[in-house]
Amino acid sequence: MKTILSTINLSIGYKSKKATVTIAENLNLSLNSGKLISLIGANGIGKSTLLRTITGIQQPLSGKVLLNDKNINSYNPLDLAQNLSLVLTEKLPPSNLSVFELVALGRQPYTNWIGTLTSEDIKKVQEAMALTQIEHLAQKRHFEISDGQLQKVLIARALAQDTPLIILDEPTTHLDLLHKVSLFKLLKKLTQETQKCILFSTHDIDLAIQLSDEMIIMTPEFVVQDEPCNLISKGSFETLFKDEHIIFDAEKGKFVIT
Amino acid sequence: MANKKRNTILFIVLGLGLLLMFFASLSLGSVNIPFRDVYESLTGGQASKSTWEYIIINYRLPKSFTAVLVGTGLSISGLLMQTLFRNPLAGPYVLGLSSGASLGVAFVILGAGFLPSFLSAFVLSSYGIVIASTFGSTMVLLLVLIVSQRLRDTMAILIVGLMFGSFTTAIVSVLTYFSTAEQLQKFTFWSMGSLGNLSWTTLSILAVCVGIGLLLSASSIKPLNALLLGENYAKSMGLSFKKARLIIIFATSILAGSITAFAGPIAFIGLAVPHIAKLTFQTSNHTILFWSTLFFGAIIMLFCDIVSQMPGFDVTLPINAITSLIGAPVVIWLLVRKRNFQ
Repeated sequence: MKTILSTINLSIGYKSKKATVTIAENLNLSLNSGKLISLIGANGIGKSTLLRTITGIQQPLSGKVLLNDKNINSYNPLDLAQNLSLVLTEKLPPSNLSVFELVALGRQPYTNWIGTLTSEDIKKVQEAMALTQIEHLAQKRHFEISDGQLQKVLIARALAQDTPLIILDEPTTHLDLLHKVSLFKLLKKLTQETQKCILFSTHDIDLAIQLSDEMIIMTPEFVVQDEPCNLISKGSFETLFKDEHIIFDAEKGKFVIT
Repeated sequence: MANKKRNTILFIVLGLGLLLMFFASLSLGSVNIPFRDVYESLTGGQASKSTWEYIIINYRLPKSFTAVLVGTGLSISGLLMQTLFRNPLAGPYVLGLSSGASLGVAFVILGAGFLPSFLSAFVLSSYGIVIASTFGSTMVLLLVLIVSQRLRDTMAILIVGLMFGSFTTAIVSVLTYFSTAEQLQKFTFWSMGSLGNLSWTTLSILAVCVGIGLLLSASSIKPLNALLLGENYAKSMGLSFKKARLIIIFATSILAGSITAFAGPIAFIGLAVPHIAKLTFQTSNHTILFWSTLFFGAIIMLFCDIVSQMPGFDVTLPINAITSLIGAPVVIWLLVRKRNFQ
């Protein structure tokens, strides 16, 4: 097992001319290969800020983010794209892209100036589509398929990018329970079969507890990373929501409403 | 793959269409010259009448080349803008680039009187007009870009473009109060658009400008494909977004600016042609779209030129009117026909 990304005394937040807003301090997280790691926390707690900082989009207030033992802010865009791929929540702009073309765009960090796909590129694209079981959609347009299928296509694109680390921002947001579960299972299968590390943020805490190898919990007071069962026995989930009517049932491993 | 075969056939058809249109534009006009004589004068042989040879070499050939350059340049600049702004309705005319270029030219033609004579001679030369026009269109594009970063709403960007159009018209009408009848006439003729006023020398300047613009566009094919997934995905796939955007903007400005300088503001080609290419080839892949837009741009511009010459008549209609007459309905038809307007 190898550490792919780690944070060292990382502080995240926003700096403006007037003031510095610190969202979280002294984060020492480590993302290891072959692990499915979920990031949970209430709305507005700073999950997106954390993801933006560890993907190098936003500068940390202090501390470092190390990707393969090298500071993430010193990567050039192309090297970074070969080590880290993203699945975002934003809606795709209108276009006529087919599913195959969309997945193939993941090969951009490796293709020549005009983007020609070599036979190796095509092989990687086909592997990614096979792993996510979307081969039958290859010639469909990206706007013709369902939300659940599109999410798989976007994951296939990230797989085609062939990076040791994939980060997904709320991949299950628009999906029903069936598709949420199948997506989580897919992510789990990918970490096991490819030894990649996959980090995703989510609000589906019950499912995340059951399927993740590790979880990162963000609350206003602390940020903690551990295996789900340890987090339950430590009682970390009780402080997640500041509401007396939402209680964590440690035995069932889920939240209940009183 | 079936798509590949279909594309090859389409490109062959387009290539033949372009050749046919090019010959037709040489042959048709106030004087109709038979194809055989066109061929003879082009290959250095003897045409049946020596005046025909003169008309073809010194008048129609430069005009047809201009039409090809204008058609390809404007269409490609439209394609670049539609992808960059993620907006199917973007184009050099709609976003006010042509207006910006007009403003630059208006300042030069109408304002030259205020300058010392040696300066006014320079600014009124072809180079001066090209520089003013490119400068004007770049300024507008930069402003649109600044606005588009503040407003995520794409409709707002189009409205800003329209506002620039009105703004330019207003400034031009203010300028006309301070200009002579001769200057005013020059500007009015310029603003109606014309493909026929270029000598071989000015044509070569235009060709260099359009050539640079097209080369830069070709080098942006891969970034443009990445941008189909939006700015953030493009960055995550290793694209240096700022650099790519700068190249795309510069290419668009030099294309729209230089063409507007020489041929006047020409409407709708930049907006309509990329859509015709997208619909015909059913793809968003810019490797294919780039070439198909080039072909369609040249063919449609040559066609508009033939129509504006009114074969068999003595009058020439302003080219801008023809492109609007053809382009505007095409855009409406596209909007109505295709609900998922890509």
